Amino acid sequence: MTEPAAPAHAERHFDLLANYSPAGGAFDELLTRSAEPREHYLPLLSHLDSLGYAELKRRTDTCRRLLHEGGITYNVYGDPRGMERPWQLDPVPFVIAAAEWRSLESALVQRATLLNRVLADCYGKQELIRSGRLPPALVFAQPDFLRPCHGIKPPRESFLQFYAADLTRSADGQWWVVSDRTAIPTGAGYALANRLITSRLLPDPFRDGHVQRLAGFFREVRNSLAHLATRHTDNPRVVLLTPGPYNETYFEQAYLARYLGYMLVEGQDLTVRDDRVFLKTLSGLEPVDVILRRVDDDFCDPLELRNDSMLGVPGLVEALRAGNVAVANTLGSGLLQRPAFLGFLPGLCRHLLGEPLKLPSVATWWCGQESARKYVLEHLDELFVKPAFRSRVKGSHVDRRLTRDEREALARAIRFQPHQYVAQERAVLSVAPAWGEHGLTARPVTVRVYLVATEKGYQLMPGGLTRVASEASGRSVSMQRGGASKDTWVLSDEPVEATSLLSTRGQPIELRRVGNNLPSRMADNFYWLGRYAERADFTTRMLRAALLRFGPEATGSSLPFLEPLLQTLETQGQLTPGKAGREIRANHETLEADLLAAIFDPKRPGSLRCIAENLQRLAMLVRDRTSNEVWRVLSSLDDMLARPASSLMLTGDAVGILHQAMLTLAAFSGLARENMTRAHGWRFLDMGRRIERGVYLCTLLENALSSPEADNPSVLESVLDVCDCAITYRARYNLLPNIAAVYDLVLLDDTNPRSLLFQLSQLVKHVDRLPQESDNALPSAGQRVLIECVARLRLLDARELNKLKGGWHDSETGTVVSETLRDLPRLSDAIAVSYFAHSTISRTDQGGSA
Amino acid sequence: MNFRIVHRTVYNYSQPVTVSHHAALLEPLTLPHQQLLEFSSQIAPEPSVRKMRTDYFGNRVCFFSIQELHKRFEVVAKSLVNMKEVTPPAASLSPPWEQVVTLFSDPVSPTVAEPYQFVFDSPGARAMRELADYAQESFAPGTPLLVAVGDLNRRIHADFTYDPVATTVATPLEEVISKRRGVCQDFAHLAIAVLRSMGVPARYVSGYLRTRPAPGKPRLVGADASHAWFSAFCPDLGWVDFDPTNNVQPASEHITIAYGRDFGDVSPISGILTGGGEHVIKVSVDVAPA
Repeated sequence: MTEPAAPAHAERHFDLLANYSPAGGAFDELLTRSAEPREHYLPLLSHLDSLGYAELKRRTDTCRRLLHEGGITYNVYGDPRGMERPWQLDPVPFVIAAAEWRSLESALVQRATLLNRVLADCYGKQELIRSGRLPPALVFAQPDFLRPCHGIKPPRESFLQFYAADLTRSADGQWWVVSDRTAIPTGAGYALANRLITSRLLPDPFRDGHVQRLAGFFREVRNSLAHLATRHTDNPRVVLLTPGPYNETYFEQAYLARYLGYMLVEGQDLTVRDDRVFLKTLSGLEPVDVILRRVDDDFCDPLELRNDSMLGVPGLVEALRAGNVAVANTLGSGLLQRPAFLGFLPGLCRHLLGEPLKLPSVATWWCGQESARKYVLEHLDELFVKPAFRSRVKGSHVDRRLTRDEREALARAIRFQPHQYVAQERAVLSVAPAWGEHGLTARPVTVRVYLVATEKGYQLMPGGLTRVASEASGRSVSMQRGGASKDTWVLSDEPVEATSLLSTRGQPIELRRVGNNLPSRMADNFYWLGRYAERADFTTRMLRAALLRFGPEATGSSLPFLEPLLQTLETQGQLTPGKAGREIRANHETLEADLLAAIFDPKRPGSLRCIAENLQRLAMLVRDRTSNEVWRVLSSLDDMLARPASSLMLTGDAVGILHQAMLTLAAFSGLARENMTRAHGWRFLDMGRRIERGVYLCTLLENALSSPEADNPSVLESVLDVCDCAITYRARYNLLPNIAAVYDLVLLDDTNPRSLLFQLSQLVKHVDRLPQESDNALPSAGQRVLIECVARLRLLDARELNKLKGGWHDSETGTVVSETLRDLPRLSDAIAVSYFAHSTISRTDQGGSA
Repeated sequence: MNFRIVHRTVYNYSQPVTVSHHAALLEPLTLPHQQLLEFSSQIAPEPSVRKMRTDYFGNRVCFFSIQELHKRFEVVAKSLVNMKEVTPPAASLSPPWEQVVTLFSDPVSPTVAEPYQFVFDSPGARAMRELADYAQESFAPGTPLLVAVGDLNRRIHADFTYDPVATTVATPLEEVISKRRGVCQDFAHLAIAVLRSMGVPARYVSGYLRTRPAPGKPRLVGADASHAWFSAFCPDLGWVDFDPTNNVQPASEHITIAYGRDFGDVSPISGILTGGGEHVIKVSVDVAPA
């Protein structure tokens, strides 16, 4: 950054551009050749400059915080820490002038129309091949040409419902298509997320700058998908089919599903019966009319496509053939996104549309043609060679030149199977201003733009996902390789009207009191979310109670009173078990270390930290069905505990963190209680919570009753403390804890939301309201367990405890606690069998031929 | 001559199956030398959905799904087929192999769009340079195509050992090549991959062989199960069949069920089940003159 490249502006000087020095050769989106800011960038640039460096830096931090709180992430394959990488957003938007956009728009609509026609031909009459306009290899040699899908006509002949293109500009300012996305055009959801954040970071230039809004496009998406339905056309059910949380763009899938109002489903949530697609819900099968898919074409049906796919829906292709369901994009549309097609588009456009192709593609040579092959073999070093189709063949390196041996091997491979290779010009990307450590810097960018097929033809989203290379010299941009992204501002000549997806003024709406029904898989996730939330809460309370009673003042003589707590923590996997555990507990310091490890150690499966991680994982699985606050609260819990377990940490600090954690968990249960409608999702969450609380409570009481000091006020007080009943107790009795009174309060008082009877009563209510199998008059297995547990408790009289001088564990009370502790897992199993049973999918092949 | 074919397949599952979807290619094709006179298939338990369709390659596929709980399922396909004696074309009169290869390389000849389907790699039979090397001995310059393919057929029979336990339906071709062992399916895939490595279209044929040989003739390998062989494309003559397992050119006792790029396109019965656990399959085929 020593080069004094600061341009001398004729009229104004911009401090932020002091270090802005675009690499030679690339088109500069911001400055003209004479280093003047381009007109359409000027309002934004002036505004940024007036904010100044310090303020922009502050807003960049805000940007990071908003991304984090919004849980906006991107999964990176092959990186153990890659799950949930925060999305990188550069707060400086990419700006495109109105007139320029208009010409891009007509070119992109033409291209989408063309590609749709080509797809229709490849999956129909194949006249382009027969007439010699398309080499047969382009279709027949492609793994993406799905023969079982040949002859299927999608509704409205819409093979390409969605289309995206990656654009860049060459040095002379000409826009080029770098690649087409015809199977699963990803990223529109990230573009939307970027917009929501950027417009908050830079509200003034966004409002005053005539920036076109995105909501109208997403309304078109919804309308056009609804129009694909062939049944239930008045109120079709559209679902978003996801490969699951481990997919790189899972965040976006959940985000879009929520924004568009679709249910997010996995393949195992759907089933085909009588050539129709259904959603498996708690209360039976519900028809599905349209599937917006994020699962790769050939993974969508293991019966007719890839038979090793675990992500698809067996029988889907046949349901498509029968015309009972629509899938967008249609299966097999990935055919056209391979680079081998690029060179043939101009000719196909003239033939099919009778006009020249308006937007050129990056120069591409497909080696299946003799002249191209010859050229490529002569220019192996300058060109970028890559597989023409989805295949195992290898081409050039992204980051370095070929060695001599590699070049010879590549040339041999090309000569052996030329149709497997294409070569492309190494495109120089245009550069745009990005936020850097020293103000604005020039970074290479590409823009992905999105179109949707509507009744009025293709509509272009007025915006896009701009991606920024991580280095100034970048020739390619990839989110997988650590690039960032930007909001894309498409300007309008006129003031922009604010629209929202939700404005459906004048349209009649059918009122509903029941939401879209819950898939069984989601019920399972909610149930475990409830269990882990309670596990976190109870563990936190026990650890806090233990640490508070374990100060420097506590002498060895106080340890017996602590024993029930420590024993419970050991049973539940927080403390070191067995003989080693007993030795650790004999020593004050080692015990302290063990307690801290129980909070922070990421390798101890029962530690609070691990529980919080599990909780966050489950929150991710139900993310499209819970409020964003739920996600944020649970993320903050995870952050709170994700710190190195340092021996230097004082127990006081740890108690502070536990206290914070308790408040965060209270916020989570408050959100669940006050914000979730009492539908099945909430019911399973609460059942999970009640069962877990019952299990922990019984474990604690069993250990307390086993202690020779069971009636000691110190022990009883710690029980009250963990159960959050100390204040109630004092208000009622105004005396030192008495064993009968304490056990009555925590076991039998059904007005106390922490008592065992309260948990069981809630469970009875929930289980009675679950969908039952057919018209069976007998109680279900779950109901039977609950009836027994409740009856035992109701018949119990805790006053017997006062008559004992030891042996509490063998009392009536002790027996009831132990029996309940044995029965609760049976209840959990019964629920799992009735409602979560995911039968596994398997495949068969006849054993082959002889 | 007429043949009656009974092809019985039984699946036994260790766990009940709640829903199953199947695709079956069991109905023989009608071809110039082969006429399907009767066909029936019985499926138990009775499928709730059952449909026939013609697939991309022109084969007859039966789709069915069973939606009742079952632990056993059985398909019995019965066919009555009339076969005419095929006289294999005079191999020496076929065009030199290079001329055929040219038809399928740039500049393209759209007139042969159909065989173009079979010149490129498919998942079960990919071109490999070492296979092109293997072919050299048979493909001397100027050799008529069918002479070269006939020689390749003979060499595969001579170089590879028939061994029903060496491979499974999932064994990759590379392993067959290194072990030099396999069954009819492997030899067909091998021949197809060799021809594709040379640039000649080749396809996979699934079918049956007569179970008990005609008097005085040897019993052919693969007669008690479904059989497989391959077919090479020759301009003017069309597709010409070869059976490398028995080193013969099919005449009148090879009954064709289906064509595809490889086994994956024409698997006799495939299925996706919900439930089922482990499964055991029993297949029996009987082909008798009628």
